[in-house]
Amino acid sequence: MSLTLNNVSRAVNGVAHIDDVSMSFSAGSFNVLLGRTLSGKTSLMRLMAGLDKPDSGQILMHGEDLSGVPVQRRNVSMVYQQFINYPHLSVFDNIASPLRVAGKPASVVNRKVKEIASLLHIEEFLTRMPLDLSGGQQQRTAMARALVKDASLILFDEPLVNLDYKLREELRTELRELFKESKTVVVYATTEPGEALALGGVTSLLHQGQMIQSGAAHEVYSQPDNMIAAELFSEPSLNMLEASDYQHPVGKLLSIRPEHVALSAYQENDLKLDLIVDVAEISGSETFLHMRKQDQQQQQILARLRGVHHHQSGDLVTVYFPQSKLFCFDADGNTLVNDSKQGQRKANNTSSKVSTVAILENSSEAITDG
Amino acid sequence: MAEIELSSLAHSYHASPSAPDDYAIRQMNHVWEQGGAYALLGPSGCGKSTLLNIISGLLSPSEGHVLFDGKEVNHLSPAERNIAQVFQFPVVYDTMTVYDNLAFPLTNLGKDKASIDQRVREIAAALELDSDLMRKANNLSADDKQKVSMGRGLVRDDVSAILLDEPLTVIDPSLKWKLRRQLKRLHQQFNITMVLVTHDQLEASTFADKIAVMYQGQIVQNGSPQELFEQPAHTFVGYFIGSPGMNFIEVSLDNGCANFGELWVPLDASVYSAAVKLSSQQIKLGIRPEFVRLYEQFKEGTFEARVTNVENLGAYKIVTIELAGKRLKARIEEDDWVPTDRVYVEFPLQWLKVYADDYLVTVA
Repeated sequence: MSLTLNNVSRAVNGVAHIDDVSMSFSAGSFNVLLGRTLSGKTSLMRLMAGLDKPDSGQILMHGEDLSGVPVQRRNVSMVYQQFINYPHLSVFDNIASPLRVAGKPASVVNRKVKEIASLLHIEEFLTRMPLDLSGGQQQRTAMARALVKDASLILFDEPLVNLDYKLREELRTELRELFKESKTVVVYATTEPGEALALGGVTSLLHQGQMIQSGAAHEVYSQPDNMIAAELFSEPSLNMLEASDYQHPVGKLLSIRPEHVALSAYQENDLKLDLIVDVAEISGSETFLHMRKQDQQQQQILARLRGVHHHQSGDLVTVYFPQSKLFCFDADGNTLVNDSKQGQRKANNTSSKVSTVAILENSSEAITDG
Repeated sequence: MAEIELSSLAHSYHASPSAPDDYAIRQMNHVWEQGGAYALLGPSGCGKSTLLNIISGLLSPSEGHVLFDGKEVNHLSPAERNIAQVFQFPVVYDTMTVYDNLAFPLTNLGKDKASIDQRVREIAAALELDSDLMRKANNLSADDKQKVSMGRGLVRDDVSAILLDEPLTVIDPSLKWKLRRQLKRLHQQFNITMVLVTHDQLEASTFADKIAVMYQGQIVQNGSPQELFEQPAHTFVGYFIGSPGMNFIEVSLDNGCANFGELWVPLDASVYSAAVKLSSQQIKLGIRPEFVRLYEQFKEGTFEARVTNVENLGAYKIVTIELAGKRLKARIEEDDWVPTDRVYVEFPLQWLKVYADDYLVTVA
């Protein structure tokens, strides 16, 4: 089955929640909606589930408009951020409930519940009550209930956000494994860029109710169409560089992700900047170096460095911005892409650095809007 | 402001505990010094909330003592202990303004208006809430509400300590960075003992100078973020800190080497002899994915392995390899050579750790 959204919009009390979104999801695809809180992820999922109706546009399942079909008759499951289970039913009965509603015989119910419980590592808790379980086990129960009925569409609305990050790591891997062979359309909403990358699949960026870019996770990460897309896929936030510090075409904006700021030169044509250290946060495996320009309080540059780098507040450092890692936007925030750069990126050639230099050094003739 | 000491502390929810498993907190001694920034890190169910409730006085420990500045406080109520607590979900008075919310604890103490005003503005400035002071709390975003909760915890200057129980859970990831730094700045500005309880290693390590890692009711290591990463004292610390966690392989010790499958990995001689002397049940080799080196060509000291998976995580990749039947993960950087099938693996001796019954083998 496939799911298609054609120019879908929805407003609540005059405020646009979803603004002219068109997307399509093929059978067996794993899709991630990445966006900030209130960017429209939940609203969009509720439309997909049929819990809300669009003001305009169409939502098609296998090409069929489902607007009039009640939720119960759609083959959709949803897993929420809160662990939602029936508190008065055992884990077994919780997982079994959608099958029983569908009138499956006891032997089938028994077999399917055990199968799915074993996949999610909760077999040993089947006789327990949900509230006696840990958060991770409760969420696994909710997931098992969503998975057991072989829905053709499963919606995950930030399902791991209330769990330990270690549990998240585990469940993320399990989820990917679970859907590897499946024909189900999976849509997974998250606010975390790292989670989108770890889940892989197709990532669509949502911003203020609009879908602003869609593609393979690592491609959207490395080739954002515009500044907002780059920012949504950056954690911590993008560093914005000041035009006046470098010779590059006027009216262009430069930015770089914290993980690409270096304390040593990468190549001769790196951009450089002298900064003062505000604070060094050492996580053990990494150092987050917060810095600013000498004459300024406001403009901050953050470097996410591998390993431990001890720095005192007030230390002077020179940071390097490798050309190949810079994003260059026009005044409207659209990414400027040099044709040769894109070609080389696709060839996965490390010499693509050369091309960004062209963006910076040549006049705007060399630049075509992406 | 106070130093917090836990002396022979243990807690069980059972009436007559017998086995170690009956204890939510196994007997421990621990000190948080006055003015320090600390984190208590562990998975859910490790006992960290129990410990927090014992310190704040919401729970009375079944064994041992809680001391503030050397004085036992076991018998004192939460109010008498003067502990400020910030919870996971914001606790604000919706109908009151931000200003009144922040002023509330001071008004209750009967402080005069001028000193209340000064303190409220000082705290609001530190939290960048200055422009919101006159807004009703129910109109605030979840993030700002949580800032108000934190501010209320900080507003009294007579508190012994501030306990923060997963305060950043509800905060949008893009704002967490900012709030974490504000928290750190508040700590530096007001010189109060602060204990942050969290399951998030990044939150813990960027806030705290020292992190106590809790596992099954015990503090298995208390150290700086760097120590926890580079010298995990327990396999749990290796697993829990770092993403992905440390690689562990069960091995036997033989002829100066760690042996698994057909492979003999040479160990540091003093570590080897220390490990042999321990006569432990189980020996594990541990190395972090960040320290595993991968080469395209064979070189001295490398082992041939097979690549089974490469995960692209943007700025880096995680490569899963199979070596003598064991799965290991290695981290490579964005622009590094990406192995596809065969790869040569090196374990730098400095980062190769040996664990005897889950505890790090150290050399005196």
